[in-house]
Amino acid sequence: MGFEKFLFYLFAAILVFAALRVITVRNPVHAALFLVLAFFNSAVLWLLLEAEFLAIVLVLVYVGAVMVLFLFVVMMLDVNVAPMREGFIHYLPVGIVIGLIMVLEMGLVVGSDFFDADHFAAVAAHPADFSDTKELGGLLYTQYVLPFELAAVILLVAIVAAISLTLRRRPGTKHQAPAQQVLVRSQDRVRLVQVDSEEKQ
Amino acid sequence: MITLADYLVLSAILFCLSVAGIFINRKNVLILLMSIELMLLAVNFNFIAFARYLDDTAGEVFVFFVLTVAAAEAAIGLAILVVLFRNRGTINVTDLDTMKG
Repeated sequence: MGFEKFLFYLFAAILVFAALRVITVRNPVHAALFLVLAFFNSAVLWLLLEAEFLAIVLVLVYVGAVMVLFLFVVMMLDVNVAPMREGFIHYLPVGIVIGLIMVLEMGLVVGSDFFDADHFAAVAAHPADFSDTKELGGLLYTQYVLPFELAAVILLVAIVAAISLTLRRRPGTKHQAPAQQVLVRSQDRVRLVQVDSEEKQ
Repeated sequence: MITLADYLVLSAILFCLSVAGIFINRKNVLILLMSIELMLLAVNFNFIAFARYLDDTAGEVFVFFVLTVAAAEAAIGLAILVVLFRNRGTINVTDLDTMKG
């Protein structure tokens, strides 16, 4: 067993443990923090797969933005956890059974000799000067440029939707009316007065 | 030597854990959203593993798009959650029965 394989098993074990804790832990804040751990370990495993750019994007975007947003919302909402846990024991056997069945089925499919997934074992490492970012960028800005623009539009829609959903105008608050400010003319505000100069006494 | 099957089994375990999480945390919308994030992570694992072992960078491009959509989904989902909590004072799924579903 090489060092690479050892690293894979180590980080995979931590990843599975963190995912297990995300779905079983009582406190949503702890769940979010375990999800952060899961994302970090996934980033390391993606580095083992030589997808450096995506590993860094996962840490920056997911841990840095999405999970912070999650933690922000969890801490902002004063959630009473107790009533949400009441069905936990009730649904636990169903969850375990379905999870086990799915793991067994998927394991049979991807781990069996029939599909010959081990056939791809001998993949050569990229040379030292290979740039994953360059490769990805070259593909993204040529062949996939329209989906890329579409992704930008989706993000814009998400921004507008999130802001318009949570924006709240309470009566009685004082704020500026930019439309009125822009529409104003100089004649409305400035009055020129002709004052005759006085003679020196 | 790490094989493709190792990564596929790992992502299958991750996916099934998140499906089980959706089943056992049916009351808590926050954990449901986190389970969906885990599910997307498992799918991304498959994409990257195949991109590596088939030597085709297109898989990584798709991971990029999945990340984009997942970030948008998380932002809108959490915004809906905040509005829900503001209007109803709870995020318990069993209390959200206005539509008699």
